[in-house]
Amino acid sequence: METLLAMTLGCLVAAGVYLMLAGDLLRFLFGLTLISNAVNLAIFTSGRITVGGTPPLVPDGAYEPAGDVANALPQALILTAIVIGFGLFAFALVLTLKAYGLLGTIDIDKMRLSEAKPDEDKA
Amino acid sequence: MSWYLAMPLMTPVLTAVAAYLLRGSGIGRWVAVAGSALGLVFALMLMNQVIAAGVVTGQMSDWPAPFGITLIADLFSGIMVLLTAGVGLAVAVYACGEIDDDLEEMGFFAIFQLLLAGVTGAFLTGDLFNLYVWFEVLLISSFGLLILGGTRQQIDGAVKYVVLNLVSTIIFLCGLGLLYGATGTLNMADLRLAVDNSDQQGLVTVLSMFFLVAFAMKAAVFPLFFWLPASYHTPTSAVSAIFAGLLSKVGVYALFRTFTLIFDNDPAYTQPILYVAAALTMVTGILGALAQTDMRRVMSYQIVSSIGFLILGLAIGTPLALAGAIFYLVHNIIVKVNLFLVAGVATRLCGSSEMSRMGGVYKTAPLVALLFLVPAFTLAGFPPLTGFWAKVLLVQAALEAGNWGMVALVLIVSLLTIWSLMIVWARVFWAAHPEGLEPRTADLAPVRLHLLLPIAALGLASILIGLFPNGLIVLVQAAAAQLLDPQAYVDAVLGGAP
Repeated sequence: METLLAMTLGCLVAAGVYLMLAGDLLRFLFGLTLISNAVNLAIFTSGRITVGGTPPLVPDGAYEPAGDVANALPQALILTAIVIGFGLFAFALVLTLKAYGLLGTIDIDKMRLSEAKPDEDKA
Repeated sequence: MSWYLAMPLMTPVLTAVAAYLLRGSGIGRWVAVAGSALGLVFALMLMNQVIAAGVVTGQMSDWPAPFGITLIADLFSGIMVLLTAGVGLAVAVYACGEIDDDLEEMGFFAIFQLLLAGVTGAFLTGDLFNLYVWFEVLLISSFGLLILGGTRQQIDGAVKYVVLNLVSTIIFLCGLGLLYGATGTLNMADLRLAVDNSDQQGLVTVLSMFFLVAFAMKAAVFPLFFWLPASYHTPTSAVSAIFAGLLSKVGVYALFRTFTLIFDNDPAYTQPILYVAAALTMVTGILGALAQTDMRRVMSYQIVSSIGFLILGLAIGTPLALAGAIFYLVHNIIVKVNLFLVAGVATRLCGSSEMSRMGGVYKTAPLVALLFLVPAFTLAGFPPLTGFWAKVLLVQAALEAGNWGMVALVLIVSLLTIWSLMIVWARVFWAAHPEGLEPRTADLAPVRLHLLLPIAALGLASILIGLFPNGLIVLVQAAAAQLLDPQAYVDAVLGGAP
């Protein structure tokens, strides 16, 4: 199971990097989202994968969960990370839209306004 | 739960709510200033308590460490929280003079206070995942402040700032998840023990590189600094000033904290990397500053250069070097905020921050020129100002470590810093205005006092610390000793202290 997840992660990161290098702001953001999901999966894996395990419940009178359980904490961490990532991605998308409206392009190589050479127009 | 730790955090959050509710009424901005002043009082009380007790800890909701979230302040955290509150207050007053009603209506002062809350939280937390959350709080607030106003230049700068910071966030999160998988804990004090006892030292070193890259990106260390000079000169002056003073320094703080507390297991591997990064950051930063023609971009590159000095302190890693680095941090936060605020006033007087369209400030507004000279001399390191003492400590540490190359580099970069400041002085303050404008201080009325008072106060702080550095030097030496021997920190978190 871990092997399968590791391969999936590799594919996601590779696709993400490919998109990020495509030179277009929107594709960059899509690539970033793929990678952040890959990271979430990596955290998920680090909390142990059980096949046919039991829920992490502690029986009456015992001090630890019975049977083969996965650690629930990484799943809580992922939940936080997903919420934060969603908010940031939404902001980045709106910013991209605004940039397209104001600058007329989302081609990364052409977005040089804030770092213009002194003789270029800085309006 | 210690109130000393909770109050510096809760004050800016509550102030943000109040400032947002009162944003249209004309008193919202003064509520924000009052909140900042209150925050400074609480930060002073915390500092006082930390000096008395050594380490102050609190467990959220009384969940014992390492299961709950720990808040903790040692001397280093205490100093950083105090600085945050201090420059926060100065910039809040300045913003009252600069920010117009439209920006206030959009929530400027509320977002500003949330930024301060995020920065303070990052300094006070003792839990690695909680640090990630505070990073997000300050990041999303900084996004908001950066784009308020929405000029084309701002949006273009913001795109670079946002995407590169998102990348560093993902790297941080990835390192965090894998470290939890390897050690089973996220509490920093507990992580120290887990890393010491780990039988996979090689794996831990690899994981530490995730944190090095993520925090170095936030701190604008070479070669990951490009977002900083692309964006810091675009927003309003108050925003540039608080970014310049605090944001990249949070990355530096996180590097210091993680690499002294958790990842000090393999210095033979990490130190050479830090040395090279420090040297290249210093040099590229200052060369970039010399090449720029916009006043605020010159200063943005100077930030990058000064981050190099801080990383150098961490790379040398002796008590004296860390003390020097913390002293430099104190000096640099005050001076950088001050310089950006003066740059804001000069821009307002001359109508542009492009140096070819500025000039004549010395002749017609000598007070502003004087207020620029104080932080400029301080940054350059003229005795007896704070920059001098910070560099003395760092150079002495490098000499004791026998690192002559670094000593030479520090001195050369300092010389180039003076040169870059001379260019600004000559073009903005000395030369006549190319369009024949005669900027006068009186033009700043009716907000003259709001703009100039915080600048004067920060300048006075630099001078006073420079004239009486002994108290601070003793303090930073104690802070460095705590960083290098975190036993008290670990005991305070895990020993069940209230």
